[in-house]
Amino acid sequence: MHSTTSEPAPEPGTPPDGSASPLADSTEQALKIAVVGGFGVGKTTLVRSVSEIRPLTTEETMTRAGDGVDDLSGVEGKRTTTVAFDFGRITLDATSVLYLFGAPGQERFWFLWDRLFTGALGAVVLVDTRRLEDSFYAIDRLEAQGTPFIVAHNDFGDTEHTLDEVRSALDLDPAVPLVRCDARERESAKQVLIALVHHVCSLITRRAG
Amino acid sequence: MSSHRGESPDRLYVITSGRSSGADDSLDAVTLIVAECLPTQGMQSEHAEILRLCVSPMAVVEVAAHLRLPVTVVRILLTDLIDTGRVTARHPAPAPSPAHPLASPDVLEKVLVALHNL
Ligand SMILES: Nc1nc2c(ncn2[C@@H]2O[C@H](COP(=O)(O)OP(=O)(O)OP(=O)(O)O)[C@@H](O)[C@H]2O)c(=O)[nH]1
Ligand SMILES: [Mg+2]
Repeated sequence: MHSTTSEPAPEPGTPPDGSASPLADSTEQALKIAVVGGFGVGKTTLVRSVSEIRPLTTEETMTRAGDGVDDLSGVEGKRTTTVAFDFGRITLDATSVLYLFGAPGQERFWFLWDRLFTGALGAVVLVDTRRLEDSFYAIDRLEAQGTPFIVAHNDFGDTEHTLDEVRSALDLDPAVPLVRCDARERESAKQVLIALVHHVCSLITRRAG
Repeated sequence: MSSHRGESPDRLYVITSGRSSGADDSLDAVTLIVAECLPTQGMQSEHAEILRLCVSPMAVVEVAAHLRLPVTVVRILLTDLIDTGRVTARHPAPAPSPAHPLASPDVLEKVLVALHNL
């Protein structure tokens, strides 16, 4: 237990976290980036490393038979799928804020994309060489839907595989950047996001040219 | 971690007055919600809670996390409050879409500057 610092009891309605940094009243525009990948690959860690608030967890529900339609009939007894995801945020300036979402990328969780991540400026597919196959679906799906993305190899001490080997194991399009990171390091996590934004910029240039 | 995973389905049903739809489709996960009034006596407790949370702008997902309710349920609650003018919504626009998947250069530049300054 902590020492005798007397934290005043939070007012009812005070957020358990994030209360320390409410957004400025002038904030008008929220942007989003999604970080997807298999279980335990470091999604939450990456979000935490760059977020100005402790990552918050919430859930989205969908009826099994549903196809993205808002339907809570599950609460009357039908089966629903519930998927947890977490997110953090980075204030960009007085009017804009960037939300970073961490979510599982396998097929059965993809409804989150349609319901929550549509409009994201891009995505990071986080991979772990111990379970590369967990990221195949996300890579295919992002390619198919035309969302700009990069792949980040979260380094769990795997020194055996070069990035080229990871790239060929993923059968990754040469145009998609692949970077290595340590999601626990703020600087490293930051470089992943910068690489994504640079990639989107280069796609714009290519399209214009 | 807080979770409503074990939440009684009945409670969610009561919170939304049994509605399974009717949420405003334009409510994006990161639409910013701003309270336009104070909670009043007798108001549904979730509505009152939202008004307290949104004294400063707060994204829909953030409201959901603090209320410990699924985003779907929170969208319905927020729609009630928007319809009665108790909160306003600041929608993310223009956001990339399937037809225009790339964000605007201005927006990307702003993100880059902020990330470099992190
Ligand atoms: N060595 C090492 N460990 C890491 C790294 N990133 C994350 N971890 C650890 O790996 C574990 C899983 O990380 P999380 O961030 O919870 O992974 P996640 O993808 O959010 O996991 P789920 O949400 O459960 O799917 C944690 O114990 C982290 O501390 C890394 O870059 N290197
Ligand atoms: Mg996680």
